[in-house]
Amino acid sequence: MTSTQRQPTQSQPAQGQPTQSRVQDAAQRSVGTASPRIEAWDKVTGRAPYAVDHPVPGAAYAWVVQSTVARGVVVDVDTSRALAEDGVLGVLWHGNAQRLESVGDPELMVLQSARIAYRGQVVAVVVATSPEAARAGADLVRVREDGMTSDTVLRIDHPALYQPVQVNAGYPARSAIGDVDAGLAAAAVRVDATYRTPAEHHCAMEPHATTAFWERGCLVVFDGTQASTAVSETLAGLFELPPQSVRVINEHVGGGFGSKGGPKPNVVLAAMAARLVGRPVKLALTRQQLFAVAGYRTPTIQRVRLGAATNGRLLAIGHDAVSQTSQLSEFVEQSAVLSRHMYAAPNRLTTHRVVALDVPTPVWMRAPGECPGSFALESAIDELASAGNWDPVRLRIDNEPAVHPEEQIPFSSRHLVQCLQEGAERFGWTDASGRVVRDPRPAVRRDGEWLVGTGVAASTYPSLTWPSTALARATADQRFDVEVNAADIGTGARTVLRQIAADALDVPIAYVEITVGDSAIGPATVAGGSMGTASWGWAVTKACRLLRERIERDHGGRVPTGGVAVRADTTLEIRDRPEFSRHAYGAQFCQARVSTMTGEVRVDRLLGVFAAGRIVNPTTARSQFIGGMTMGLSGALLERSVLDSRTGDFVTGDLAAYHVAVSADVPRIEVAWLDEQDPHLNPMGVKGIGEIGIVGTAAAVANAVHHATGIRVRDLPIGLAQMIGKLH
Amino acid sequence: MRVNLTVNGEARQADDVWPGESLLYVLRERLGLPGAKNACEQGECGSCTVYLDGTPVCACLVAAGQAEHRDVRTVEGLPGPDGLDPVQQAFLSAGAVQCGFCTPGLVVAVHDLLARNPTPSDPDIREALAGNLCRCTGYENIVAAVKLAAGA
Ligand code: FES
Ligand code: FES
Repeated sequence: MTSTQRQPTQSQPAQGQPTQSRVQDAAQRSVGTASPRIEAWDKVTGRAPYAVDHPVPGAAYAWVVQSTVARGVVVDVDTSRALAEDGVLGVLWHGNAQRLESVGDPELMVLQSARIAYRGQVVAVVVATSPEAARAGADLVRVREDGMTSDTVLRIDHPALYQPVQVNAGYPARSAIGDVDAGLAAAAVRVDATYRTPAEHHCAMEPHATTAFWERGCLVVFDGTQASTAVSETLAGLFELPPQSVRVINEHVGGGFGSKGGPKPNVVLAAMAARLVGRPVKLALTRQQLFAVAGYRTPTIQRVRLGAATNGRLLAIGHDAVSQTSQLSEFVEQSAVLSRHMYAAPNRLTTHRVVALDVPTPVWMRAPGECPGSFALESAIDELASAGNWDPVRLRIDNEPAVHPEEQIPFSSRHLVQCLQEGAERFGWTDASGRVVRDPRPAVRRDGEWLVGTGVAASTYPSLTWPSTALARATADQRFDVEVNAADIGTGARTVLRQIAADALDVPIAYVEITVGDSAIGPATVAGGSMGTASWGWAVTKACRLLRERIERDHGGRVPTGGVAVRADTTLEIRDRPEFSRHAYGAQFCQARVSTMTGEVRVDRLLGVFAAGRIVNPTTARSQFIGGMTMGLSGALLERSVLDSRTGDFVTGDLAAYHVAVSADVPRIEVAWLDEQDPHLNPMGVKGIGEIGIVGTAAAVANAVHHATGIRVRDLPIGLAQMIGKLH
Repeated sequence: MRVNLTVNGEARQADDVWPGESLLYVLRERLGLPGAKNACEQGECGSCTVYLDGTPVCACLVAAGQAEHRDVRTVEGLPGPDGLDPVQQAFLSAGAVQCGFCTPGLVVAVHDLLARNPTPSDPDIREALAGNLCRCTGYENIVAAVKLAAGA
């Protein structure tokens, strides 16, 4: 598809080699500086249009009707009263909805059959001239459901648990090296503990929403999505349209955290509704509707077994994770995967089992796998340190592997030890000479009614890269337009991509215009998996370097009238990368206090030190790390989605019942990062930072609470209930 | 029904308003002011914060009819003729914006906080803004923006 692929060039990074020197020099100009967020002006003035903010003349509004049973069938839908309501234009249900072509995701086959697979599933949609009329109409739709006995509760002894072929992100479900039982038997110190993490909801501030309209057989949607390429391809498949007939625009997205990582029912329903009424349709799900429709993080039950010799060296690591999926499709949280590379040990076993329940399908949520998995592993390491009387920082350092302990491949770079050391010193855990000054005894530090303690946990997240395309165009000597279908969901993608483009073009950022958030630009990967900057940035770098080269070679360094454009695709480079274990690492330190009077748990201080490759923009990066740690803190102390086992309903279905951290819950959070050079990643040397901040936070808090009180909490969130009656 | 109100200094009027509609809906869908956001529509998140006769309110909780003959000021109406309001400028300078969905409500809330308390302490700020949820920033840079605006 690109002319550039036929011209292998010098500036193309070969085999993960460091980038060319000219660009390295340029890289010091913009990459690494605190370039201001491009679209911030539009956001502080309220002018940035989100999915349902675009002025669309003649728009109608859609409102969904949801199932009230967790398993069953829709027997009948009576739409007559709704249709008689003022302003109602139409009602869609499975009896009259257009047929969709399957694209493999049953969650998107909306209104295609009578089957109800979870409570809150969309069973009808009302379209009207105003949202209030649509809502009133939705109240008047009579849905007769035949409910059956449902099974909605995850249990460790659930008879239907099975081992899947693979888990999320394509990892094998099981890994085994040596003999864990033998290693445990030989160990001088052992831990065998079971940890539980609850279902959680993303609660991005922008609810899932879509504006859709049809124009001469083409479908155009404004969708709050992290992946407009994937959404456009999916819509083309579902509606049997040529790919170029669908355009998905996501110029501004009000957060996602995984919940907008792929197409969701709202975008399909809005397109169906727009076709039904022959005018544009806006469909904004309410906060309450999201709890069933937009995905959540599965609850997990995880058993961790650790055994160490008298010198603190691990002899065995076992991590068995159990999670749930739905009856519609299989999603398996990869909770035990981090235990495959965090620490060295000769005997290792990780397993995943899952059970399909009558519940909505879980989805990615910020650091899927690593977030819940780190709570279990990093709590267990702390338990081992207590049991063996070892310093928890030292214990981690002593079990640092030289290569990936299961795959025996080298790390592209790994600075966990340095993060732990740097963090310990900054936090006051060690003195300047590296000597531990923290008193390890639990429950001995009092501050009035409060017991105070400190804890540590390690963080990690994979450094992924996915093929993308980008377009670079020179319109005049000092004017460059760079386009890449990135989604800026608040990360600062737009801003850092312009920095990357400027350096690759060897010009100041003021010469570069960047456009993101439109599937018409060309295929690019999702804003997810912390791989956006690496993936989009690589495509941008390639396009910009080729453009610069073409201007020099074919046009004597001057941009010709009419301009020059180059499109680049990174599929081949990414396919041909040498094998490395590529991960970011970090260490988080926490000081917590627990009231002996009330059992209240508060966090005084959080410090995170990360090694995540080159940091493109210190301002946006710092905000990403702090935001991740805050969500980790929120998960540690507040967040839990409670499902009513009788109805299959998330009863904590709004922001009054599902608590996320507010400003008054959050202490001062400190963040630092190491200057990490890694030539084996991508031309920019970046690892991705969107998720690692949430990984390990909950364990650091739980470990600090244990140090404060002597109470070990293995069940998130940590709250009064686990403290009351146990404090002295 | 018809609702007459002043929005950002201009007399405005909305026709065919259904009595159950919220002020938020009137602003967003009828008056072309989508700055205030709907993130919960029941007073839990602060994304829809606007001034009503000088007092910050959750526009999602105000019935359209309650705004009759009242004075409404939204984030779109904050910038002076010569550019951004100091609060907006401080949000830019402090990097207090990520996805931006909470931002319009927070800008109005901070504007009000500083009008009442020109030199708020850290705990004052965190308490005053505890009704404005932000899922992205961890609040650190928002607190910094408030201090910056207070010093401006
Ligand atoms: S939308 Fe009004 S408070 Fe949330
Ligand atoms: S910036 Fe995204 S919710 Fe605050």
